[in-house]
This record gives sequence, C-alpha cells and structure tokens, in this order.
Amino acid sequence: MAEQINIFVENRPGRLKKVTGLLSEAGINIRAMVIQDRGDFGVMKLLVDDPYKAQRVLSKAGLATALRNVLAVVIEDRPGGLYKLAGILDEHGVNVLDGYGFVIASRREAVWCIEVEETEETRRIIEAAGFRILEDSELYQM
Amino acid sequence: MVEPEFWNREIETAPAEKIREVQLEGLRRTVAAALRTRFYHRRLKEIGFTSPEDIRSLDDLKRIPFTTKSDLREAYPDGLLAVERDDVVRLHTSSGTTGTPTVIYHTRSDLEHWTELTARCITATGAGRRDVFQNMMTYGLFTGGLGLHYGAELVGMLVIPVGGGNTRRQLKLMRDFRTTVVHATPSYMLHIYSRLEAENLTPQDLSLRKAFLGAEAYSESTRRKIEGLMGIDCYNSYGLSEMNGPGVAFECIFKDDMHVWEDAYIVEVIDPASGDLLGEDEEGELVMTTLQREATPLLRYRTGDLTRIRSGVCACGRSHRRIARIKGRSDDMLIINGVNVYPSQVESVLMRIPEVGTNYQIVVTKEGALDRLTVKTEIYSKMFTGDAAALEALRGRIRELLKAEILVGAVVELHEPGGLPVYEGKARRVFDERVGEQG
Repeated sequence: MAEQINIFVENRPGRLKKVTGLLSEAGINIRAMVIQDRGDFGVMKLLVDDPYKAQRVLSKAGLATALRNVLAVVIEDRPGGLYKLAGILDEHGVNVLDGYGFVIASRREAVWCIEVEETEETRRIIEAAGFRILEDSELYQM
Repeated sequence: MVEPEFWNREIETAPAEKIREVQLEGLRRTVAAALRTRFYHRRLKEIGFTSPEDIRSLDDLKRIPFTTKSDLREAYPDGLLAVERDDVVRLHTSSGTTGTPTVIYHTRSDLEHWTELTARCITATGAGRRDVFQNMMTYGLFTGGLGLHYGAELVGMLVIPVGGGNTRRQLKLMRDFRTTVVHATPSYMLHIYSRLEAENLTPQDLSLRKAFLGAEAYSESTRRKIEGLMGIDCYNSYGLSEMNGPGVAFECIFKDDMHVWEDAYIVEVIDPASGDLLGEDEEGELVMTTLQREATPLLRYRTGDLTRIRSGVCACGRSHRRIARIKGRSDDMLIINGVNVYPSQVESVLMRIPEVGTNYQIVVTKEGALDRLTVKTEIYSKMFTGDAAALEALRGRIRELLKAEILVGAVVELHEPGGLPVYEGKARRVFDERVGEQG
C-alpha cells in the first residue's frame, strides 16, 4: 500500500522552502502534496518517490514526521470521474479524512489519494467496484 | 537496593544536637568575620552586636536583619570582604545584567570547604571514582562549572571540563570517553536529548547513568521526563553563587528532597511579603547564613528561592534537614488577570504530557485591559501521528490541564521540535511583555 509522509510545520514563512530544500538535496521527487492548515500550524502531506528515505532525512533535520497509509485510486480524467468513485464511497458509508488528486495522463487518467479510517476494508470496496489502486512501487516509480 | 555512600559519614549523619553545636560555633565565627567587614560592622553595631560572644545561642540569629541582593550590590566591590585581599585566592561575580554586579570572595580554606561539600553531594548520589564526569556547566565567573569540578576531582572521578554548549562536541565526548555522569541545567539536558537523532544516536549508544541537574528551577515532571527519555537517574542540585554555588543542597539516592549541609549553612524560611519566620513544612523564601566562609560571610541572606524545610532522618541515614524542590523565585511570580501564577506550575503541566517536546515558553501580553497568557510548546516528534485533528485535540487538552492547574485560560501554540529558542546555560522561558505597572 502507498504511504505518504505527513510533516508537522509551524505556519510561518520559510517552512515549505525548508522541507522542499531538504528533499531536493536528498534527490527525492515530490509527486503530489497538500497542506492542512490549522491556523498557527499545519500538516504538510507529501507523496514522494521514496517515503522512507524522506522520513529519515526530515527526521534527522529535527522535523516531526509520520508515514500514513493512503489509497491511490486511478480514476478517469474526465467530467464525472471523481463523482463515480465518490458515489461508491458514499454508498458504503466510507468517511474520507483527507484527499487530493493529480493527473497522470492528461484527459485519460488521474489519481485520487485518500486517507480513510478503515484502509483495508475501503480498498476491498473500491476494488470490488472495478477501480484500480496503485501499488506503492507503481506510484513511487511513476 | 544500593547501599548509601558517604564522603564524611560522621558529620553527614551527626545527631541534631551535634549539628546545633557545630552551628553555634560556626555562627560565632561568621559574626566575628562579619564584624571585620565595613557593611556588617555598621549593621551589627546598630543591633548591639560588637563581638562574637554576643551570640549566646542560635536564637540570637533572629535578631540579625536580613541581607538582600541589593545589600550585596551596595557593598560591591569590597564592602563585604572580611580578610586581607592577599588571603583571597578567587572571586566570583554575578553577571550584573540588571545593574551593579555582586561579588563573593574565597580564601583557600573557603574553597576547600566548598570542595568538600560538593564531594559529599556527588557521593550521596552513588557516583564515585569509577565514574566519568562530564561537566556541562559554564566555567568562569558563573559558579556552576568550577563549583562541582573540584569536588568531582576530590572524589576521584575522571573529569571532562567541557563547559557549556556545543552539543555535537558534548555528544562526541560522551561517546568517546563513555561518560557516566553529567552536570547540566535541565533545559540543556532536554536539548541534548533532542539532538541525539541528528547525530544518529540513541540513548542506548551512550554510557550515561546519572545527571546532576541544577542552576534553574524545574519541576518533578521535568525530572521524570528526562529520566524516561534518557533512561538515567537525575539528581536535583541546589546552589547559588552567594552561598558558593552548587553544593549547597543535593538529593541522595532516594531522591526525597535535597539535603542541606547544615554544618556549613543555617537555613530558615520566611514569608516573602512580611519577613516573618515560617515553621517547618511551610512554603516560603529560603534565607541562608554561611558558617564556614572566611572571606565573604553572609548573615540571613534572602535567596529569593521558594521552598520548604523538612526535618527527620532520611532513608539514607543523613540527619541534616532537607529542602523541597525549589518552586521558583519569589520574584518569578506572574500576576495574570489578578491570579498568581508560577512558571513552574505551567512547566509541571507541560512536562507530564507525553506529546509535549523538550522546550516551551510562557508569554504574557496585554490585550486591552486584560492580560493574555500564551504558552508555546514544541511537540515531541516521536508522538506525532501525522494527524492534524489529533494535534487540535492535544492543544485542547493542554489548555484544559493548564486551566485546572493555574486557573487562568491560556492560548496554546504548538511549535516544531527545535522551533523555540535554545539556551545552553540558564534557560529564559518567561517573557512578560506587559508594559508599565502591573496590577
């Protein structure tokens, strides 16, 4: 299963630069990111090509980090693509804690990454509905 | 169970009557020395003391007025010098950041006495000649470094006189020489812990067993936190430059309050507002009288430190009375919207929350007519789950626990590990940014 790295950051100028600088130095490529803002602090969520190395690098620099499981669901990159997946999740009462998407092949394929409480069960539901979930290696090598 | 060790068993376990006898002799000696200083000569004459024989019993001490920090400043540089300058072998001055500094002179005999007291302290913790002692307190005019240095040598420890700061070097020395005992401020010890990961180390890579922690007031929860994180035993150390420096009072292996060396000092506790003498177990300001010091005798010196005195023989067998962990300084107290708050109360709450990291700050500002308390704390990286909602909940929990302890609502800010400023000597954690007169 894919893992994203969550980083605790204070909400002040320079934090994004610090994190991305450390990753750039370590040769780590960022696939996607989102920042969850909570006022004076936030949680930066990054999908990278080597989450374990990223965690080592960032922790060594003193940052508080945690790896979290995410489901990277392949959806169609056209109107209604996400709607179809959302319908399945809703039907099964799956509560999405957080999610973000990015395009892999324009007008054809996109990925929607979601954090849910019951990861394994949600994976079964999504796959049973015919969606493909990217394995970590696929996602990191993309 | 570890057997208690003694440096000077006879005096450390002497019966109370014997200690009082030694104290009376010491007090007469101190008054004799004091009469040779310009400052005390005048002051003692005013109350009719012109010779040490005027001290008939220890009760006569109560007739002597308190000596304050401002008296020491006024007497600077030599109004409290009781011996010929040629007999002085060292002096320590305070930083003088708030005005005139203060000075304490030492004769060779003063230093020998001081060294003996620190040797007793070190031995009381079970440390000894087999230990490697890394002294992380600043050397120089600040008494923290030199203070324990000579006691450690006398005990026969291998002493690494590294002084304060330069955490990377501290860790290298700790590894290369398998340091077993350190002497540091609690805040620096927490900082050392927070730097381990960056140096690719864990506490298990070190040989550390004990830390002597002092030079700033800290809470029992901070001690427990350091002990838990580092897997060591921490011993509370009390000292102040006016009373030599470290070595005044120390915990033994039972960590059940600090043993004051009563053959070297008389301790009293007073109400800081009225100056009235308080009884045992009552909390107030510690007042101390030197009994062994030749060069700078001090009578009833108001330390500004808040504590309680407790009598009774300790489980280790030492008979001298003990003082409780210092709650703070009487002038540390903050009045926030009319409520008295001690920074140590805030610290105590923070340090028992596992998700809280190793550094914090207390900031008081004025918001219109009201005071606003902001508590800034770093989070502990190993407890971070990646969940913003959990952090919100943590913030709420800190706020509630603080409210229950200090009865004042606080704004809680969460900061990154290492996000708040680090102090390698005494930490500065309280920032009162209210201007003008405070209610």
